[in-house]
Amino acid sequence: MKLAFQIAKRFLLASKRQTLVIILGIAVGVSVQIFIGALIGGLQDSLVDTTIGSRSQITITKTDELISDYDELLSLTESSSNNIRVITPTITTSGSLVKGENSEIIVVRGFDYNTADDIYKFSEKLTPGSELPNTTNEVVLGINLKDSLGIEIGSVVTFDSAVYESRSFTVVGFFDFAVKEINNSWTITTIDTVQGIINQGDVVSNIEIQLNEVFDAEEVTKLEIDEQISDEYTISTWISENESLLSGLQGQSTSSLMIQIFVIVSVVLGISSTLAITVLQKSKQLGILKAMGIKDGDASLIFLFEGMLLGVFGAIIGILLGIGLLYSFTTFSGTDIPITFDAGFLAMSAGIAIAASTLAALSPAIKSSKLTVMEVIRNA
Amino acid sequence: MPSILSLKKVSKTYGENTKNPTKVLFDVDLDFEESSFNSIIGQSGSGKSTLLNIIGSLDRPTSGDILFKNESLASLSKNDLAAFRNRSLGFIFQFHYLLPEFTAMENVLMPYRISKREITKEVIERADELLEIVGLGNFKNKLSTNLSGGQQQRVAIARSLINNPSIVLADEPTGNLDSDTTEKIYELLRDINRKFKTTFIIITHNRTVAEKTDRVIEIKDGKVYLDISK
Ligand SMILES: Nc1ncnc2c1ncn2[C@@H]1O[C@H](COP(=O)(O)OP(=O)(O)OP(=O)(O)O)[C@@H](O)[C@H]1O
Ligand SMILES: [Mg+2]
Repeated sequence: MKLAFQIAKRFLLASKRQTLVIILGIAVGVSVQIFIGALIGGLQDSLVDTTIGSRSQITITKTDELISDYDELLSLTESSSNNIRVITPTITTSGSLVKGENSEIIVVRGFDYNTADDIYKFSEKLTPGSELPNTTNEVVLGINLKDSLGIEIGSVVTFDSAVYESRSFTVVGFFDFAVKEINNSWTITTIDTVQGIINQGDVVSNIEIQLNEVFDAEEVTKLEIDEQISDEYTISTWISENESLLSGLQGQSTSSLMIQIFVIVSVVLGISSTLAITVLQKSKQLGILKAMGIKDGDASLIFLFEGMLLGVFGAIIGILLGIGLLYSFTTFSGTDIPITFDAGFLAMSAGIAIAASTLAALSPAIKSSKLTVMEVIRNA
Repeated sequence: MPSILSLKKVSKTYGENTKNPTKVLFDVDLDFEESSFNSIIGQSGSGKSTLLNIIGSLDRPTSGDILFKNESLASLSKNDLAAFRNRSLGFIFQFHYLLPEFTAMENVLMPYRISKREITKEVIERADELLEIVGLGNFKNKLSTNLSGGQQQRVAIARSLINNPSIVLADEPTGNLDSDTTEKIYELLRDINRKFKTTFIIITHNRTVAEKTDRVIEIKDGKVYLDISK
């Protein structure tokens, strides 16, 4: 084994240029793999982030009813899973806002900004001069309502609803969510403002949650919460509401996988054919070694080690090349396409390259084990 | 002297399963004594190399058997034969056949390393001694491709002896060397035969060389034609 390894090393060093070419071939394959993987990973992450990054990923409601003992529900839920990043209560109702002649149908949402800001990032989306609602009847409106109602910061607007009593809100700011629906209709305020409108005491309508691992929402975290809280609550996740996003992501993953498989296949074919030639080149040496009594198995180990060594160096250079590629892409392309890669992904690419190279050496290895001394002597 | 190797009715047919098989060896019976110094002569194409390759277990006979120290080789597996070659045989080929990627010293040590034993101080000393004996003490760290033909052949001789084999098989070991070098190499083989009691079986075209050996076997048309011992 040690001998086979050393012979492999010598064989590779003896034909440096050929060795270098194979290593570069593997390296290019690995770097393409890393580049594409990181790019597609980055695109996926940013897609997931823009879609569900600033909204509730798991929502707990009570069927046809408001939640009254929500403090207890909050603490029960929070302790049920360690995937929960933020948890916040909200209360929502609807009606219309009236200013002079103008009227718009809106949704009024009361938040606890200590925690809700971590989900919705309101404070980052406020327009200049705006601040978050602080006391009862202070509201912040979607930016589109500013023009449609003809108001500005400091204006007082009337809230009308068919069910509840009218009341006056003071506009303390506007936010821009870059989502038309929200900019057109959301009116955010404090929890007690909405509680005052509804007039049913200390209640909320939803518990909203964001997660550390968003893809665990349906299959892990939902089940963990479900185990802890009473059956009267309904738990819904972003996954069940976003099937099309998910199938899109899956499509991307599949195409990324396909590209990576093709890269590996071409690397394997390249190494395999080059090593097959090496077996021919080294047949004289193999003949001598066999005459001196090396076992066929050890003879084929030489080529497996060659494949492995080529894979190891190809992977190392490929990773450096891939990182360089990503670096120059992010620096010079002028786009701000996000890039996602981590040590695990690099290790996987390297591992696959090494395994593939060793595998590619299998057929040359078998060929070398079948070579007999007589063939070599006869052809000398 | 007891016999170390005997051939029992060894025949060889090349291309047995083809349209025109060629029978090259016909029921060859031979006995070789321990520590003897033998030569095989004969015309080109008479079957000398075929015979030596079969003796060296590099090729299998079509029929017949070979006994090494009274043990049949016919029943051994490929791996067992490899181990047998490694332990008991040394080869010297006409075309030197050193590993060009390794130095003279590394080539000499190769059969030892193939036997999967740890390199010890003793074996290094032995390799040194062998290289000294073949007159290459100063060349041991040279890459084998940087040695002359005669030097390469002498490395091959040192290599064939590193595992202390019972038999050294040589197929025209001086075939492409000048006559002075040829002379020296045969003297060397002869010295080694005396010093280490190694059995030698040497194919040669050189009658003067053959005449200096203990026994001359002439092969003709795949049969033993003459067998003269002194
Ligand atoms: N692999 C083979 N297939 C078919 N015929 C072969 C093969 N090897 C050798 N022969 C034939 O067998 C015969 C004996 O060959 P061999 O090499 O043993 O002769 P030799 O006595 O060593 O000759 P030389 O002195 O030229 O080396 C020759 O006629 C040769 O053509
Ligand atoms: Mg011959």
